[in-house]
Amino acid sequence: MARINRAEVERVAFLARISLSDGEADQLVQEFDSFLGYIETIQEVDTEGVEPTAHPVSLPTPTRPDRPAAAMDAGLAVANAPETAASGFLVPKVIGTEAEG
Amino acid sequence: MSDISGEFEVVIGLEVHAHLRTESKLFSPAPIVYGAEPNHAVHPVCLALPGVLPVLNERAVELAIRASLAMGCEVHQRSIFARKNYFYPDLPKGYQISQYEEPLATGGWVDVPVEGAGGAAGKRRIRLTRIHMEEDAGKSIHDDAIAGSDSTLVDLNRAGVPLIEIVSEPDIRSAEEASAYLRAVRSILRFTDVSDADMEKGHLRCDVNVSLRLRGSTEYGTRTELKNLNSFRFIEDAANAEIERQAKTLRAGGRVQQCTLAYDPRSGRTSVLRLKEDADDYRYFPDPDLIPLLLSAKQIEQARSEIPELAEQRSERFQSEYDLSEYDAAQLTASSSIAEFFEAASKQHGAPKVVANWILRDVMQALNERELAIDDSLFSPDALARLIKMVDDGKTTVKSARGLIAELVESGGDPEELVAERGLAAVSDTGVIEQAVAEVLAANPESVELFRSGEGKVVNFLMGQVMQKTQGKADPAAVREILARELGK
Amino acid sequence: MPEGVGTLHELRAALDAGETSSVEIVGQCLRRAEASQDTLNAFVGLRAEAALREAEESDTRRERGEVRSPIDGLPLAIKDNMVQTSEPAHCASRILEGFISPYTATAVEGLERSGAIVIGRTNMDEFAMGSSTEHSVNGPTRNPWDADRTPGGSSGGSAAAVAARIVPAALGSDTGGSIRQPASFCGVVGMKPTYGRVSRWGLVAFASSLDQIGAFAQTAADCAWIFEAIAGHDSRDSTSIPEPAPAYSGALSGDVSGLRIGLPKEYFVEDGVDAGILAAVRDSVAELERAGAKTVEVSLPHARYAVATYYAIANAEASSNLARFDGVRYGHRAVGAKGLTEMYCRTRSEGFGTEVKRRILLGTYFLSAGYYDAYYRKAQQVRTLVRRDFERAFEACDALITPTSPETAFRLGEKTSDPLTMYLSDIYTVSANLAGIPALSMPCGSVGGLPVGLQIFGSALDEATPLRIADAFQAITDHHTACPGDFA
Repeated sequence: MARINRAEVERVAFLARISLSDGEADQLVQEFDSFLGYIETIQEVDTEGVEPTAHPVSLPTPTRPDRPAAAMDAGLAVANAPETAASGFLVPKVIGTEAEG
Repeated sequence: MSDISGEFEVVIGLEVHAHLRTESKLFSPAPIVYGAEPNHAVHPVCLALPGVLPVLNERAVELAIRASLAMGCEVHQRSIFARKNYFYPDLPKGYQISQYEEPLATGGWVDVPVEGAGGAAGKRRIRLTRIHMEEDAGKSIHDDAIAGSDSTLVDLNRAGVPLIEIVSEPDIRSAEEASAYLRAVRSILRFTDVSDADMEKGHLRCDVNVSLRLRGSTEYGTRTELKNLNSFRFIEDAANAEIERQAKTLRAGGRVQQCTLAYDPRSGRTSVLRLKEDADDYRYFPDPDLIPLLLSAKQIEQARSEIPELAEQRSERFQSEYDLSEYDAAQLTASSSIAEFFEAASKQHGAPKVVANWILRDVMQALNERELAIDDSLFSPDALARLIKMVDDGKTTVKSARGLIAELVESGGDPEELVAERGLAAVSDTGVIEQAVAEVLAANPESVELFRSGEGKVVNFLMGQVMQKTQGKADPAAVREILARELGK
Repeated sequence: MPEGVGTLHELRAALDAGETSSVEIVGQCLRRAEASQDTLNAFVGLRAEAALREAEESDTRRERGEVRSPIDGLPLAIKDNMVQTSEPAHCASRILEGFISPYTATAVEGLERSGAIVIGRTNMDEFAMGSSTEHSVNGPTRNPWDADRTPGGSSGGSAAAVAARIVPAALGSDTGGSIRQPASFCGVVGMKPTYGRVSRWGLVAFASSLDQIGAFAQTAADCAWIFEAIAGHDSRDSTSIPEPAPAYSGALSGDVSGLRIGLPKEYFVEDGVDAGILAAVRDSVAELERAGAKTVEVSLPHARYAVATYYAIANAEASSNLARFDGVRYGHRAVGAKGLTEMYCRTRSEGFGTEVKRRILLGTYFLSAGYYDAYYRKAQQVRTLVRRDFERAFEACDALITPTSPETAFRLGEKTSDPLTMYLSDIYTVSANLAGIPALSMPCGSVGGLPVGLQIFGSALDEATPLRIADAFQAITDHHTACPGDFA
């Protein structure tokens, strides 16, 4: 029995905003099964009382003073954009009830 | 709105997002500029260009600590920034840097003034769950006129602005209380200089969670979320509309569905934006580009010492310490700067009630007439104290001193010098006063007759005449004395 | 000039002796790069005009006695995942097509400040996800030793460019072995520093807690020069070590007497690795013992969990880091999408290659509700244990030596059908990224005409000891001078 089913793969794909063809989705169910089987070996390790690594190096919290830099040239800011209007990024509207934020 | 209070208890919790008063963003050095053209206040970090990294703004941390302490929270010495992952065009990284497990502060409370039984003023304590730091998203403009009918325009000027999110426990029991709570929060944020908290400028936004439960029940009902309400009026109206809607549903035997709603002020109705079943899985995890925020006990105490005393506390203290009336104390503490000015002048002069009077009567008027804030005026507490002392000592008259206030407020100056320059020194030379009294009595025999026949009040007229003759500089006490003596002859 | 470009040290000497100029050297490298493109495909782009102009400026500086550093005027290549102002940076991906960066990575700024000259950008596995440089929108890079084989990955282009003597040195990035494994497949020196030693500002992120920029060169001494130019604290990177770059060249004393070298027994298990590789590594260790080093057997008990731990963490972080590639502000956007969601989904499906998609999906799964504790959090706990293994081992020794890879360069297409097999080729390298320690690979022999790499781990912040060992080794052996012949 596969560790993960097709519906799960599709849910994950939607979370990641990647669309999959049927073939790709089926392929991934197989691959996921294989990877998860391998990665699950870490479950064997006794990690009782072990802190997860926050950072490979231990550092005091770096901060910066509240000094604003000059703003980037707006033209440069949108220079790489596929679509713009004035100096704003233009994207297709949301269809349906997905508004966030 | 129908009265549901017999059957249902309203349960409301608020999540308030407030912009911190910094000059640059939370993790990006871009300047914060309100009202700038789209994308005219951005930097590679806030654009989420490939390869950029976040670095924490130390001032934002100070302000967040200050706000947390002012609201009675426990500030944790270790807190973690976490990524909240979701896709939306005004969220350039595809995640928001926020705090999830291990926030900056937990606990705390806000006291909200409420009207008690019989109209008496009371207080309700609304508990807080937590306060944490996070960055704001940019703006999505859906307006067809600006973006076109099929498109949304994205402006990232606001992306990355530092926020604190203040989460209350579901202790609020009415829409009006929610609005009062928000006012109280706003007041604290302004007094501590943490945020300008101007709702119209978008510095303060609020999500309202509403649920109902049968009166007497201790279980919570299903709650809905009203998002991004940005005026006190809307918050009350939206909350009331939602309470009404839920009551109607429940009375009809239905179940409230967990969802996110928007409020349309024109129709007065709430509408579903998103069902919670479709909710994103945010996949929170500690941001590996940032080090855990470690604060020393000293840093936290330092922030605590920088909190200006809150208005309400200060007003109470003024009443007890300086024996001021509630009204006067409230007036003096309405502004932090006035309150500080008052205390400094009182300390020097020694008679707070007298000083209070001068400030509330003359100084405030002069400031208001010139639309000046006391901080912008050159008038110092020391100058006021000395001016009042001069009156106390009879070196000038009340009238003369009052006349100088406007000038002192506008251009500062030394009171002693000004009195000398303007020739406002009180005339206390008895010889001069006796002369003036004699001249006035001689010029007004009818008044003298009136006085001797029992019209005591006429002495005021005669006083006025003497004051006029001495151009208001005569020491009124001395004038009264000499006048009485002469009239008595 | 030797066939193919010499080492940085040789070129510096030639410049200082007036035997050549920067313009001449850079010109020669550009010509070799162009000539090799069809056969080797190491580069994704060259910046000839700018490079030659910078070379002229360097020559002028040298004439005036204003040489900025030992590498002033010397050419290098950088991997396609490091940004440079006004230059493209595509990470070998379609999703970044058209992107031109408005800023420069700190490490590249370090090169610029030193006067070194970036002649172009090298091919890689897309978003640094791979071990063979086959997962590239530009097609694979070939191994200069055998055109039917991969150069390793993900920094295969940089490794190949140095191995083929097109450039004396190149920058790469290493998240799970992406510098060391290609260095071993291509017979060059490749080093990943301590995590935080080189700023990640301007390095397109794959896995934030594992990524580091490092260098390829023919010798350890050349590597030292590069790290002196690029290492050091950067206030734009919160994970940057708050110290300036050490003077690495000064550590190259040539002396290894008394140095304690640990040999982790888990890395010398016979059926895990090619016998010829083990023999080459053991012979090299013996060479070092003859030079005065001492060896001691140590153990890294959690070594067998390293790959699984690495992939749980790396893919999770990558899934979040790559969310910004959404067609909104730069790069590819799907044409004719109806609505925002369709635009996102089609853009990312079209823009990302199969391997990248696979890893994003796995990573998303590991972070999702219900699985976070079992995968991501658990992996970070095992990571702590891996780190502690190294800390304990370093109590008994100054450096550890292992083979870099269980195999020599494999054939193109050999592993692309089974991703898991591809992942396992990182088995010896990933622990260094998990622990954050510095690690270097250097050529130590050959098997069947293909180079064999020997890996040296140093303790945290100690890049100097691995460099010193490699430098001393290169003084008494000549594996590092072996060259795949004129590849152009």
